Amino acid sequence: MAELEAVIGLEIHVQLSTRTKMFCGCELSFGDKPNVHTCPVCLAHPGVLPVPNEEAIRYALKIAAALECEVAPRSIFHRKNYFYPDNPKAYQISQYDEPLAVNGELGGIRIHRAHLEEDAAKTIHLGESGRIHGSGASLVDFNRGGTPLVEIVTEPDLGSAEAAGAWARLLRTTVRQLEVSDVNMEEGSLRIDANVSVRPAGSEELGTKTELKNMNSFRFLERGIEAELARQRELIAAGGTVVQETLHFHPEDGSLHPLRSKEEAHDYRYFPEPDLVPLAPTEAMLRAARESLPELPEARMRRYEDDLGLSAENAAQLAADPDAATYFEAVCERVGEVEAQTVANWVTGELAAALRQADGDAAVPAGALAGLIALVQENKISHGSGKKVLSILIAEGGEPAEIVEREGLAQISDSGELESIVAAAVEANPDAADQIRAGNQKAIGAIVGAVMKETKGRADGGEVSRLIKRKLGV
Amino acid sequence: MMGGLLELSVAAAAGRIAAGEVSRAEYFEAWRAAAAGDELNAYLWKAEDGTAGGDGPLAGIPVAVKDLFCTEGVATTAGSRILEGHRPLYTATAVRRLHEAGAGVLGKTNMDEFAMGSSNENSAYGAVRNPWDHGRVPGGSSGGSAAAVAGGLAPCAIGTDTGGSIRQPASLCGIVGLKPTYGAISRYGMIAFASSLDQCGPLTRNVTDAALLLAAMQGRDACDSTSVGIEGGVEAPSRENLEGLRFAVPAELAHDAIEPGVRAVFEATLKRIEELGGEIAEVSLPHAEHGISAYYVIAPAEASSNLARYDGVRYGMRIEAEGDVIEMYEATRAAGFGDEVKRRIMLGTYALSSGYYDAYYGRAQRVRTKIAEDYAAAFDRFDFVVTPTSPSVAFELGAKTDDPLAMYMNDFFTVPMSLAGIPAISIPAGLAEPDGGGPQLPVGFQIAAPAFAEQRLLDAAYALEQAIGFDAEPGGSGG
Repeated sequence: MAELEAVIGLEIHVQLSTRTKMFCGCELSFGDKPNVHTCPVCLAHPGVLPVPNEEAIRYALKIAAALECEVAPRSIFHRKNYFYPDNPKAYQISQYDEPLAVNGELGGIRIHRAHLEEDAAKTIHLGESGRIHGSGASLVDFNRGGTPLVEIVTEPDLGSAEAAGAWARLLRTTVRQLEVSDVNMEEGSLRIDANVSVRPAGSEELGTKTELKNMNSFRFLERGIEAELARQRELIAAGGTVVQETLHFHPEDGSLHPLRSKEEAHDYRYFPEPDLVPLAPTEAMLRAARESLPELPEARMRRYEDDLGLSAENAAQLAADPDAATYFEAVCERVGEVEAQTVANWVTGELAAALRQADGDAAVPAGALAGLIALVQENKISHGSGKKVLSILIAEGGEPAEIVEREGLAQISDSGELESIVAAAVEANPDAADQIRAGNQKAIGAIVGAVMKETKGRADGGEVSRLIKRKLGV
Repeated sequence: MMGGLLELSVAAAAGRIAAGEVSRAEYFEAWRAAAAGDELNAYLWKAEDGTAGGDGPLAGIPVAVKDLFCTEGVATTAGSRILEGHRPLYTATAVRRLHEAGAGVLGKTNMDEFAMGSSNENSAYGAVRNPWDHGRVPGGSSGGSAAAVAGGLAPCAIGTDTGGSIRQPASLCGIVGLKPTYGAISRYGMIAFASSLDQCGPLTRNVTDAALLLAAMQGRDACDSTSVGIEGGVEAPSRENLEGLRFAVPAELAHDAIEPGVRAVFEATLKRIEELGGEIAEVSLPHAEHGISAYYVIAPAEASSNLARYDGVRYGMRIEAEGDVIEMYEATRAAGFGDEVKRRIMLGTYALSSGYYDAYYGRAQRVRTKIAEDYAAAFDRFDFVVTPTSPSVAFELGAKTDDPLAMYMNDFFTVPMSLAGIPAISIPAGLAEPDGGGPQLPVGFQIAAPAFAEQRLLDAAYALEQAIGFDAEPGGSGG
């Protein structure tokens, strides 16, 4: 049997960080006392009507622009009807067959659609199962009910759990840069479901998919998909067939369990929401959304590679972390005639490593790092001394040049002084000297090490090697 | 003199109050006393005290308000058991605007449950009686509002019209009822029946009073995305003739089932239009006859969704049940809704079901579009389309309660305008004997106009009203 390849699509809910809810004036909140951010509209009292939040529409248009979607000239809100205590109107206002945005692309993955809707309230069902059926009581907190959501649906373009995780991270970074959502998976402002299926490698036909829910971290997303792919492959290998169903991820043990079919079997009876007129963004709104876009991770990555000549790895690494990228560019601006790759090496290498060792909120001002890199590049201090200066900068702050002065780290620039130290080191290591003369280049390390020890790292390694070789006539 | 005060039109009373000839308190008190004598079951709640609001064109005028409009702190039931005792936290925009114009709420009027009905017999709080004959229905669903005005229990009222719920009871009670263009008046705070059709409007003793109330209530409202208001506002009508105006009679009317007495009054009114200089011609509105079918798919579909919120969780009635919250929903809704409401929820749920949507809801929407196109084409050539408001005069209580289809046919002439979203007015045009004999009862004449042509509609209705000079009054208990 042919190898079974994974086919994965994602459905993402992004909670928008507008000031107020999607269809009423209640403030958004997280972690407040239950049911304090409510009004007749979001509690679905008799006679109320929804009024769309213009800010939410602008945010959604920004997301559509960032995902390079086509925006519908007129999109329609629908009612999705179902009875559940988290849904006080007994219908959710969402978009159905005429969504806000279609046919986008991000990071090589096609976006099927993106639409606006409202979030449900939070429910807690008391009782053994934690589910509504058979529970002794159900508690509802309507604070979250009516929060604006953008739902993004990808095409099934992802080929592995790892690829899905990486793409989801790219999406989060992208949306975070738009400043339209907190995109926090733990807090639920970013929620990702996965549609997972397998098919014989090379086949065009899609296999039966299952829908995975409740994976509230990137790690869980990857683990959930991996577990489901393994299950489907085993099932098919054993001659079984995949049944379309919704599976709930259990973070405690990474297992997947089907939701009870009674909770799943919905006929949502969609129909156009008569209380709202079609959403027809003006050309000015669309232009504003496009023009407000910051440089997004994908574009930034391309620019770092193509224009700044960074390695693909560094370019991706920096682009995925907007704060680091901004910092990197600030250092580049201040550092003078130094290659961007050198700066990237410092930022993603020495600095990142040193910061990992330090306190959580430790930082080095961009100007200070730029000064430090310049000192190293101009051979004022050795690379090793540079690392020492860096740790002092993190621990105490200050000016790199002053630290070099104070700590006596300036590179030995008097060639006579260095030559005499080299001569002494050659004499003290006659075995190594013989080996070098015999052509063993590696043996030079011992003598360089001795020089560095003597100079407390204030000598330039390259210069020391050159002097040793000259001394030994090789 | 009290009787004299009650006989004043709203326009005249407002004038007297503004001139300081009548005090607001005196006028309001006179109407409170009249409302207190309600023998029609027209009111579900009556104001205990208080006078009308601030200065404005309606300063001092009491208004009877259909119990479908939310009034802050005052029980608002929509005629349903499920909302018994429900006190809204806010006031509907239409009522708030009446307040701002100086009017006050005299009482909340009885109605068919959630505005579903044409006889007011579907109220959870008992049927309303027609002031012309207490054995007959006042029409519905704004039956309490119509009966209150016709029965001398209120100087004016507001109601809602989804498929004829203002015009048909106005016709059956011998008063003026106006359904404005969809979007003319905010729906905020009006408990929804069928959101794409519901529209608020006045029920009054004459056309001028209807214009006054419409002027106060109309306008864009930030709380209702579908509201637009009437450009240029509304002024008191003043037209004296109908010269140069073209009135179209649907050709299909010739074959429609209309009571002979109603047809006679309708034809006499057409003659009156010609005497006033108006032109009468036939127009074909081929899709209008499918209006009832489309309406009874679209309205129940929307209602099934609108009424899903009444679940016993947050307000209104709750029937505790053994078991989980879903069982509580079921017990509450089973006990809280009446038969007609349940019938329409089931019809609507079915019509929206996956697999049936296109055959029912989708097709009904296409018919709706065709009807709107028929009217748009007619208005290219004519100023108005006219019909009888109702195929019959007021029928006897209980006559149609076991036959929903016969009941639905009451809306035959009023539903197409609702589907097309256009304004239409019913004015009393004369009296006729019911089929099977009995005392004479009022007959309404319906005039429909293009969207937002309310001023033109009111002007023409006013001219015709003056010429007809309808001055018959309810005879009382009767039948």
